[in-house]
Amino acid sequence: MCAMNPSRSLSEVYGHAEFVRKTYLKSFSDQIVADIYENAEQITKHVLSKKGSQRITLDQTIDNLVTSKWLGYPLMILLLVGVFWITIEGANIPSELLATVLFTFQDLLTLWFQWLGAPAWVHGVLVLGAYHTLAWVVAVMLPPMAIFFPLFTLLEDSGYLPRIAFNLDHIFKKARACGKQSLTMCMGFGCNAAGVTSCRIIDSPRERLIAIITNNFVPCNGRFPTLIAITSIFIGGAIASYSGFVNALVISGIILLGVAVTLSVSWLLSMTILKGEPSSMVLELPSYRRPKIGAVIYRSMIDRTLFVLRRAIITAAPAGAVIWILANVYIGDQSILSIIAYVLNPFGQLIGLDGFILMAFILGLPANEIVLPILIMSYLSTGSLQDYASLEELRSVLVSNGWTWLTAVNVLIFSLLHWPCATTLLTTYKETGSKKWVFLTFLIPTVIGFTACLTVTQVVRLFGLV
Amino acid sequence: MILSAEKKNILWQNFLGIPITNNQFSVALAGNPNVGKSTIFNALTGLHQHTGNWPGKTVDNAQGSFQHQKKIFLMVDLPGTYSLLAHTVEEQIARDFLCFANPDVTVVVLDATSLERNLNLALQVFEITPKVIVCLNLMDEAAKKDLFIDVPSLERELGVPVVATAARQGKGLAELRKKIFQVATGSVHPSPRQIIYSSDVESALKELLPLVENISNNTLSPRWIALRLLDGDQSFLKSLSNYLDIDQTSFQDWEVSKCAQ
Repeated sequence: MCAMNPSRSLSEVYGHAEFVRKTYLKSFSDQIVADIYENAEQITKHVLSKKGSQRITLDQTIDNLVTSKWLGYPLMILLLVGVFWITIEGANIPSELLATVLFTFQDLLTLWFQWLGAPAWVHGVLVLGAYHTLAWVVAVMLPPMAIFFPLFTLLEDSGYLPRIAFNLDHIFKKARACGKQSLTMCMGFGCNAAGVTSCRIIDSPRERLIAIITNNFVPCNGRFPTLIAITSIFIGGAIASYSGFVNALVISGIILLGVAVTLSVSWLLSMTILKGEPSSMVLELPSYRRPKIGAVIYRSMIDRTLFVLRRAIITAAPAGAVIWILANVYIGDQSILSIIAYVLNPFGQLIGLDGFILMAFILGLPANEIVLPILIMSYLSTGSLQDYASLEELRSVLVSNGWTWLTAVNVLIFSLLHWPCATTLLTTYKETGSKKWVFLTFLIPTVIGFTACLTVTQVVRLFGLV
Repeated sequence: MILSAEKKNILWQNFLGIPITNNQFSVALAGNPNVGKSTIFNALTGLHQHTGNWPGKTVDNAQGSFQHQKKIFLMVDLPGTYSLLAHTVEEQIARDFLCFANPDVTVVVLDATSLERNLNLALQVFEITPKVIVCLNLMDEAAKKDLFIDVPSLERELGVPVVATAARQGKGLAELRKKIFQVATGSVHPSPRQIIYSSDVESALKELLPLVENISNNTLSPRWIALRLLDGDQSFLKSLSNYLDIDQTSFQDWEVSKCAQ
């Protein structure tokens, strides 16, 4: 090193390297990795021989198919539609059965309360408020979850999920984010809070923040029932003979919209407040395994279905009680609930919703599961949640409150694009340790949701389509 | 800057939190995740282990020692990584250890059932240090999958000793100990295969090498430094100046002046 100032020369060399890098068009880091891989391939060719080659190629054939340039995406979308079709079709009958049983039990409860001579308000808060909301949430949520989660776990255990990450990697790279983000999004389907926690698998802090902030654009399990119910009533119902299939298509479309928004927001964040180059990742594609049925059922039922249901019940029961009170306490001749809705109404109308819908989303902050129950309850003057024994009944309730197909579309969009639930926000705070990122996690989807609904509504109204 | 024994002791103690004495040989254990690295580590060091964290990182750091032919070998289990190109904390730790701690022997553990993927790491280690042994583990599983690896010709291709093992059955471990001893004491001199890159990379390297050789008269290969400079790998530059006691501030000053232009 002699008389030379080492740091000076290091920076000089770095400057020169920067210059050299700029004079070549190709990315050196990609080329270097490619050269290393080629060497590894050559060496392997020389030293490795397979005796029976047939068994090994089965995995490879499947891999070539599901990760191929042309078939990879169609297969992914087909699987998505298939899973939702099975979920929607399969959940219909058990949902109605559960509703019948649970609401019959409610009538029994009412009888007991009368027999005990309980005051009307106690019966109102406990039975018409808490129990009714609870029964509603269980009847609507349990069947789709009990079908969707095992299917999802099946895909997970068979080894397909890492292939999705592999397929999506280059799109995420274009959005300057990490390919592993698609895995955290998969977790988000179950629960956004779990999705946010799973972002720990992303190593670069910049990419982890992007994944955390955008996780909410994947509809979680709490929002699926809303999406499924609204779609079944207003969209699939129009084409009766293929309704299940059309519903599955619409819901898949909503999810794809969520993915598109995720990518755009990731890209925007990378270009503005979270600047940086995407890092490459090595993803080990495990060999396909035959899923163990017992393990799939156990994991999907205990770890996922019951976990989400428990959370829904914990929030739904108190929320039901509070809403019953709000709907039954009058100031003048109007309940508190309708006053709030009245105040929110002009703003709601502007974006194609109404005051009640906006209020339902706001009151649904603790858990997205209760948005639709709150909404139905607010619409009905009886002041308690009504069961929708048939979808037709629910439809007539909504239509009589001024719903059109545009309202339904806006509710779908807003359900996908609005603030995350309280648990997700709390988890985001735990993971990032900063209020700034929590605020952004709240703000970004909200602004996008309002903008999207506003645009759709104004365009549709402008062309007089409603 | 050939590390004197004393300087090496201070470096290991201060930067790695690992105490080492003059009469100990140091052995680094590298490899992809899930290749049986820990099994080999446990089998070689037995109960003589110490676990902790890498300084300032939440990554496990396991060290252990074993004796062979009356020599003591201090073995450090590096985090399992797929590469040394430092996209993750684990890769950074493994890379920095190989570059700056200057172990006497590096054992790269490969999964014989997916040789090609595993070779990528070995080839990257070869660029940092010549004192490498390749341990081809999970030979039993490869046999089950009807995979046959020609070990002598792999040895020729790689230019380093290759030891085939099935660590869970304890097969090949005696041979591994012997090879570690031979490389550490210098009775075997591996000359690992060096990658010749595409012409673009090579000509860019040629431009940079004279400058890099100016600043690097240490054991670290100038070619490796030049490659990382071409990568634009900031984290490596930071590590480089940290470990070589180079004043970081003048580098930052230079960065600021670059931005100002």
